[in-house]
Amino acid sequence: MYRAHVLVCGGTGCTSSGSAKIIDRLHEELKKNDLTNEVAVVKTGCHGLCAEGPVMVIYPEAVFYSRVSEEDVPEIVSEHLLKGRIVKRLVYREAVSENGIESLNDTVFYKKQTRIALRNCGVINPESIDEYIGTGGYEALGKVLTTMTPDDVIQTITDSGLRGRGGAGFPTGLKWKFASGNRGNVQKYVCCNADEGDPGAFMDRSVLEGDPHVVLEAMAIAGYAIGADQGYIYVRAEYPIAVERLRIAIGQAREYGLLGKNIFGTDFSFDIDLRLGAGAFVCGEETALMTSIEGNRGEPRPRPPFPAVKGLFQSPTILNNVETWANIPRIILNGPEWFASMGTAKSKGTKVFALGGKINNTGLVEIPMGTTLRTVIEEIGGGIPNGKKFKAAQTGGPSGGCIPAEHFDIPIDYDNLLSIGSMMGSGGLIVMDEDTCMVDIAKFFLQFTVDESCGKCTPCRVGTKRLLEMLEKITDGRATMDDLDKLEELCYYIKENAQCGLGQTAPNPVLSTLRYFRDEYVEHVVNKRCPAGVCKKLVTYKIDPEKCRGCTLCSRNCPVNAINGEAKQPHVIDLAKCIKCGTCIEKCRFDAVYID
Amino acid sequence: MKSLEELKAIRERMQGQVGVRSADSSDTRVVVGMATCGIASGARPVLNTLVSEVNEKKLENVTVTQTGCIGLCQFEPIVEVFEPGQEKVTYIKVNPEKAKEIVEKHLIKGQKVEEYMLHKGAEHKGYADFVKFDEK
Ligand SMILES: Cc1cc2nc3c(=O)[nH]c(=O)nc-3n(C[C@H](O)[C@H](O)[C@H](O)COP(=O)(O)O)c2cc1C
Ligand code: SF4
Ligand code: SF4
Repeated sequence: MYRAHVLVCGGTGCTSSGSAKIIDRLHEELKKNDLTNEVAVVKTGCHGLCAEGPVMVIYPEAVFYSRVSEEDVPEIVSEHLLKGRIVKRLVYREAVSENGIESLNDTVFYKKQTRIALRNCGVINPESIDEYIGTGGYEALGKVLTTMTPDDVIQTITDSGLRGRGGAGFPTGLKWKFASGNRGNVQKYVCCNADEGDPGAFMDRSVLEGDPHVVLEAMAIAGYAIGADQGYIYVRAEYPIAVERLRIAIGQAREYGLLGKNIFGTDFSFDIDLRLGAGAFVCGEETALMTSIEGNRGEPRPRPPFPAVKGLFQSPTILNNVETWANIPRIILNGPEWFASMGTAKSKGTKVFALGGKINNTGLVEIPMGTTLRTVIEEIGGGIPNGKKFKAAQTGGPSGGCIPAEHFDIPIDYDNLLSIGSMMGSGGLIVMDEDTCMVDIAKFFLQFTVDESCGKCTPCRVGTKRLLEMLEKITDGRATMDDLDKLEELCYYIKENAQCGLGQTAPNPVLSTLRYFRDEYVEHVVNKRCPAGVCKKLVTYKIDPEKCRGCTLCSRNCPVNAINGEAKQPHVIDLAKCIKCGTCIEKCRFDAVYID
Repeated sequence: MKSLEELKAIRERMQGQVGVRSADSSDTRVVVGMATCGIASGARPVLNTLVSEVNEKKLENVTVTQTGCIGLCQFEPIVEVFEPGQEKVTYIKVNPEKAKEIVEKHLIKGQKVEEYMLHKGAEHKGYADFVKFDEK
């Protein structure tokens, strides 16, 4: 029996900042201090605060240490674990208050969160099925198989109001219902979409890395509900830790008989296999994903027929997102009313977001539906660095749109986001400050879609390319007001005519930035100016002779020798040579270089 | 896994393990002073006894933790029990046997073990930071 537990994050972020070495060192130091029988070291999944990694939590006190290095380990062991004295200097800065040290769950970052999908992430060892069972794991499957009919299960999921977390927000119970006919007489499949292709998104990866069994359990529950005996998890090969932990989890579940034949002694049998994707964004689209599992090139096909009727191998199939799955066992155990009590009228439960961009606490957060953007950014996210002003947030990745400051207080849910021209998407939330050029942002996402378009249909293949070219024309200062109208027109054309969701939503970043930041587009077009100073072709670097002290620092650092001037005399930038790299601005200590 | 009972057995075996990993403020906290003085006077076996007893008796709402010097070195090993909404109880000169008794009587039956308690009004100066943390 261990009196203390040291949880070290083994998620992708912390692993790359050296958490494996910390674990080794912990074992070493515990041994030295003869504590190996008293203190457990547990490698967990992501804790969410990736920017503060590597992170370590010590229970029972729930003390949260951030940015721990290997060298800090001896002190943590001899002070905290042996003598019970918290190592203050390593405690996560927001957990240190005037009243002493707050426990993990009392920090602003965690206090405003509600963890359902992430409940085990950072708490259990994802490579131990016993720990998962210790937190109530596989009990929902047991309950379903021994006390509920398949229709009861579908009704429960329907009543909970759960909607798909993979993007479109389709009601999960309804999807299952569509696939539930003719149980026992036809082959059916259950699939998990773990393709997660949005740039900047890593919610699904974290669930898979931190709590892989929850997905297996949920898929088995769905198998029972619709009458399927085989499941597939389609996961991108770029997620090696997730793939490895899923493999381990599937092996353990089979060994325990929680996957396989006659689960819990009933006549229900279900097994799951992994399929690795090569990381094409379009393979996250449901029909392309199934085509890819079948062993063919991952291209979408027209719907209908919908997968619930004709999916994988022409059989009725349900496909859900990783996060959708992660909610299922809790809904079964706590009841649909419990789940439906959280959130807004039409969006129940919670949503996980990957916070990124210009924000202090980058990382993973799970919030009740209906939380405002303000709470997410100012409180949980800890605000914007360097006192800059909030400009907009992008949700829904390349399929979504931006939310400007005027909608800072809108409760986040599926319908509200759609009504302001963005969408929930899978949960990427990129924060932009006043230094961001909105045309440039649109260009960034269009570049992504152009690269990822599968090329099957012309509106998307050619259309997005033309869109990108038009945006380049604008940021280069070659566009006319006429081009702005054409841009908008083409957006609507693509939306209506592309075959799959990728093409249909690709114009969204352009449309939403046009809607809220049209002035900025106009400024680029008419005055050939980029107000944020980002679009290189439209800015010139200048030196203010009043402020310049002639220290020569900039001229010595300029990579193309574009800066001339005698020492102690004002310097001048040769605009013909200048490549607008920004080095001089960075170097000047007197604020003399400016962008015009 | 052929039955729910098997699952339940694993859950019960593991609960003591993973149950520790929550910091619920409605829990009863049992705190052992583990500074140099505490350790020297035998606080570690006391701490370990408390942990295993609490686990064995399946006391789910009790967490056993340690703190630094409580400032009453002559009375070590010291065990403090914090129950939500109640005044703290301080036990002094605890050994593994006394610790078992405290679990049995105080934590399970709710009867304080008066004879091991520090009499009221004793000074608690020099109390470590942890207590502030604890009282939050
Ligand atoms: C281009 C494109 C990419 C997509 N990528 C993903 C993805 O990475 N993960 C995901 O869960 N859903 C993705 N989707 C949505 C899926 O097609 C599907 O709607 C979803 O997996 C259904 O699960 P849900 O109902 O649980 O959300 C994508 C859709 C499109 C059009
Ligand atoms: S819309 Fe784009 S990604 Fe979708 S089928 Fe057409 S070309 Fe392929
Ligand atoms: S670094 Fe600044 S002060 Fe120095 S020469 Fe360049 S512009 Fe002038």
